[in-house]
Amino acid sequence: MLNMTALALAKAIRAKKLSVTEAVAEYIKQIEQTNPHLNTFLTVSKDTALARAQTIQAQIAAGEITSPLAGVPIALKDNISTLGIRTTCAAKMLENYVPVYNATVVDRLEQAGMIVIGKLNMDEFAMGGSSETGAYGTVRNPWDTERVAGGSSGGSAAAVAAGEVPLALGSDTGGSIRQPCAFCGVTGIKPTYGAVSRYGLVAYASSLDQVGSIGRTIDDCAAVLSLIAGPDDNDSTCVISKTFTFDTPLLERLAGFRIGLPRNYFAGGINADVAQAVLAAAKELAAAGAQVEEFDMPLMDYMVPAYYIIACAEASSNLSRYDGLKYGYRSPAAETLAEVYRLSRSEGFGLEVKRRIMLGSFVLSSGYYDAYYKKALQTRTLIKQAYDRLFERFDMILSPVAPTTAYKLGENVDDPLKMYMGDIYTVSVNLAGLPAVALPCGFDRQNLPIGFQLIGAAFSESKLVSAARTYQHRTSFHLQQPGGAWV
Amino acid sequence: MNWESVIGLEVHAELATQSKIFCGCSTAFGQEPNTQVCPVCAGMPGVLPRLNRTAVEYAVRVGLALNCTITRYSKFDRKNYFYPDLPKAYQVSQLYAPICRDGHLAVEVDGTTKIIGIREIHMEEDAGKLIHDAVSDNTLMDFSRCGVPLIEIVTQPDFHSAAEVRTFLMQLREILLYLGVCDCKMQEGSLRADINISVRPEGGELGVRTEMKNLNSFKAIGRAIEYETRRQIQLLESGKQVVQETRRWDDDAGVSYGMRSKESAPEYRYFPEPDLLPIYIDDQWLQSIVENLPEMAEAKRARYMRCWGISALEAATLTSHVYVAQLFEEVAALSRNPMEAAHLVAGEIMRLMNQTDTLPEDLAVDAKKLATLITLVSSAKINRNAYKEAVEAVFIDGVDPEEYIAQRGLRMVSDADAIAEAVAAVITEQRQAVADYRAGQHKALGFLIGQAMRKLQGKGNPALVRKAMLEALE
Amino acid sequence: MEIDAQLIAYLEELSCLILSEREKQRLTDDLREILNSMARLEELNTTGVPERSHPFDNVNAFREDVVQPSLSREHILQNAPAHNSEFFIAPKTVE
Repeated sequence: MLNMTALALAKAIRAKKLSVTEAVAEYIKQIEQTNPHLNTFLTVSKDTALARAQTIQAQIAAGEITSPLAGVPIALKDNISTLGIRTTCAAKMLENYVPVYNATVVDRLEQAGMIVIGKLNMDEFAMGGSSETGAYGTVRNPWDTERVAGGSSGGSAAAVAAGEVPLALGSDTGGSIRQPCAFCGVTGIKPTYGAVSRYGLVAYASSLDQVGSIGRTIDDCAAVLSLIAGPDDNDSTCVISKTFTFDTPLLERLAGFRIGLPRNYFAGGINADVAQAVLAAAKELAAAGAQVEEFDMPLMDYMVPAYYIIACAEASSNLSRYDGLKYGYRSPAAETLAEVYRLSRSEGFGLEVKRRIMLGSFVLSSGYYDAYYKKALQTRTLIKQAYDRLFERFDMILSPVAPTTAYKLGENVDDPLKMYMGDIYTVSVNLAGLPAVALPCGFDRQNLPIGFQLIGAAFSESKLVSAARTYQHRTSFHLQQPGGAWV
Repeated sequence: MNWESVIGLEVHAELATQSKIFCGCSTAFGQEPNTQVCPVCAGMPGVLPRLNRTAVEYAVRVGLALNCTITRYSKFDRKNYFYPDLPKAYQVSQLYAPICRDGHLAVEVDGTTKIIGIREIHMEEDAGKLIHDAVSDNTLMDFSRCGVPLIEIVTQPDFHSAAEVRTFLMQLREILLYLGVCDCKMQEGSLRADINISVRPEGGELGVRTEMKNLNSFKAIGRAIEYETRRQIQLLESGKQVVQETRRWDDDAGVSYGMRSKESAPEYRYFPEPDLLPIYIDDQWLQSIVENLPEMAEAKRARYMRCWGISALEAATLTSHVYVAQLFEEVAALSRNPMEAAHLVAGEIMRLMNQTDTLPEDLAVDAKKLATLITLVSSAKINRNAYKEAVEAVFIDGVDPEEYIAQRGLRMVSDADAIAEAVAAVITEQRQAVADYRAGQHKALGFLIGQAMRKLQGKGNPALVRKAMLEALE
Repeated sequence: MEIDAQLIAYLEELSCLILSEREKQRLTDDLREILNSMARLEELNTTGVPERSHPFDNVNAFREDVVQPSLSREHILQNAPAHNSEFFIAPKTVE
């Protein structure tokens, strides 16, 4: 059962080959076995999930829920607000924080009969690319537990890869869904900014954050996306009346698909195995009939700086609310108001979060605002314009997700700049608010997964999913499963 | 040396919307602490704001009334600072593109008209309330006011005296009330003013300014300005310097004291609020706001005079306060007798308000009861004296007019038999006067009617009594 | 970009943090390195380029002025480190 896709699982449940309770219990058993090795889950909501399984089973039987994923377990990155279930953002600051409201995406999953079975580890407040910055330990990569799972949605990608859950939600601010998917050999969708409500997603960088799905196959991910996407009255930036259906038939041929391949992404710091696998993916799509054409991606050197300036600026403001007064950690040593503020924040935040808050405070302060923040916003305009022009020529752009495969635990954690440069292929997508899918496309010589991404114009998810579906139909990288001592 | 003070105002007005600016919580004043709070206004992790359309329209109304340019493409920014009354640790405000700019208001001070420039009007969210708990020496935090929509009206430093400031504020207050966008209750904090003040030798260079906060009455504003002007002049005349700072006015003690020094400007790290979309006001929307503007005092005056023939003097009195005008219009509509309603409200009601020190905003008299009295007097069911007495009883004690008139026996006697009986008795008793009248001394008629009225305990219908008396004398 | 102790102290103040000596040393080095790399943006000619604070140009997302029920006070206060039955509690504010 743990090898089934989510859609197949739901089908088996509808066909009464399997009960919802059996499915939930089986996955929880797997989590209990493997989580001690992988550290993917921060909270397993066993009792509520099992109780809900019975309710959902009855509703499916009564024909009250007909969604294609009814009865399927799902786990959520722990920065997605869940009513009554602790939501920590992998931060000491929110160790005991139990939300009093559900994120919109959670309500929508539950309405569709999905069952939240737990909350997933991540980088603290989604700040990081290796899921090592959280307060509750490092997520380990199921393909090699001495390596990172990627981040910040490392728990989400690793849990799916390890068969602990068929589907997960993550969030992507600068690559945080796509990069861990690439590192863990699973599939993910980072939707267009504004396609999915952010209400209840604990904010890191508001103009960049987006919730998306992670699964074994593109069809599973697309099925979740069609449940969670769509306008939300609680999110002013999610008001465009776009919903997605991905029920178009499989395209045997990608005739008429124009795919751009950024030549300069394959020069310089990219790992040779990664470059080769991604280029092979381009060839595969060309073999399927797509028209692949090389081009030079403009502004490449300015993407990471612009991204970090904007992300840190917004983060410094978004994280100011953690002050030890309304929720979250309060320093026991604090007596005065100033101490409550400063000690609680200093003890409650980890180093990476402090680094980004300090950077954000810096770029927004008078005297530096124009040189850094304003300049970054102007750069963002140029990047968006560049993409707009590219999408006149291409339907999508095919690129690596990360320059390397999963690296060793601790390898980059002391070198923030190196870590930031690992986001070179992903951040511009967020700056321009574009959708992208990340797909497995091979393994390096150490048998670590490699991923590539397809980036589309705003709200072109259907097209991206079509291409991804054709690719996965022709390849089997996404069906490979890790093995190791933890299994 | 002659000193001149230079004063600018920042007026905060809470908008009278039903719900908060970014969430659906009620804005009602005076409820239990923390009962009008939701995840959004409590700034819980993950929440997002959603802008109240009416708040935008109210802000635009004020901009129109203050002759501002309405910003067609306006945006919100975050103002970042840590304080326990600000749950998100940033206030959503407008720095770079405020909703209105460059307006003015003409005010009359001592018979001369002064134009006060309005630099801008921006929208923002109110903060919560902090209460010091003396027992535990802690601060108690109440977020019920968090997110109540505010506008901040920033004037140019165009004032030179407390009198100018007071006149401006009173006029502004009437405008806000007429617009229906703010209840302007200074005691409840729905209208408050911060004052920037500096002094200079007349015509000289601008001096260092201080900012005064915590001004919650017109009287306090006047006193604070006078105090601060004096304080600054004394400092300068004794060779000292004015320090740029924020000062808090203690109205009980009649002094201000420094709060925090502003030697370096505060670092609010403003940046565009990413969670809200810009506001775009197109011609059509602006036009609809203009068309839905409530009728202002001037228009009301003209209409009263034009439609109902009310005198200029009465019309001016009726529109001096929006609540008086509202009362008048209600009474006029209910009684269907605008002229009588105008006489009543501009006359007796205003007199009673003065006599009882009732402020227009505290007017609680029931228009329906007043309208009833107008109907009674104009249909000759009661006479003028009874009317006046009943109006007073309605105003002061809120009595039911019909009951009151019945209990006090104020209803006019129009019964022909009763009147005939009284007249007959008078003619029998007052032979001399009757003879005088018949001899051509017409003055005697008044006396005879008076006697008949006495017999009717003053409640006789004067016209009928007169008619009956004349007939009896013929 | 020169990052000195004074700037770090200023950023601590703005960020409402107190860093340990070790953190200060780390962040001084990190910020220097990161800001130097960010300074590459200077090379770009952005004269006349508008600032984009948002991916898209949508405008006007409003809610109508209708009161919705608030959350119960118990729920509002439940996560607070210090509260009584009515209020959040902070150490006294000094003015």
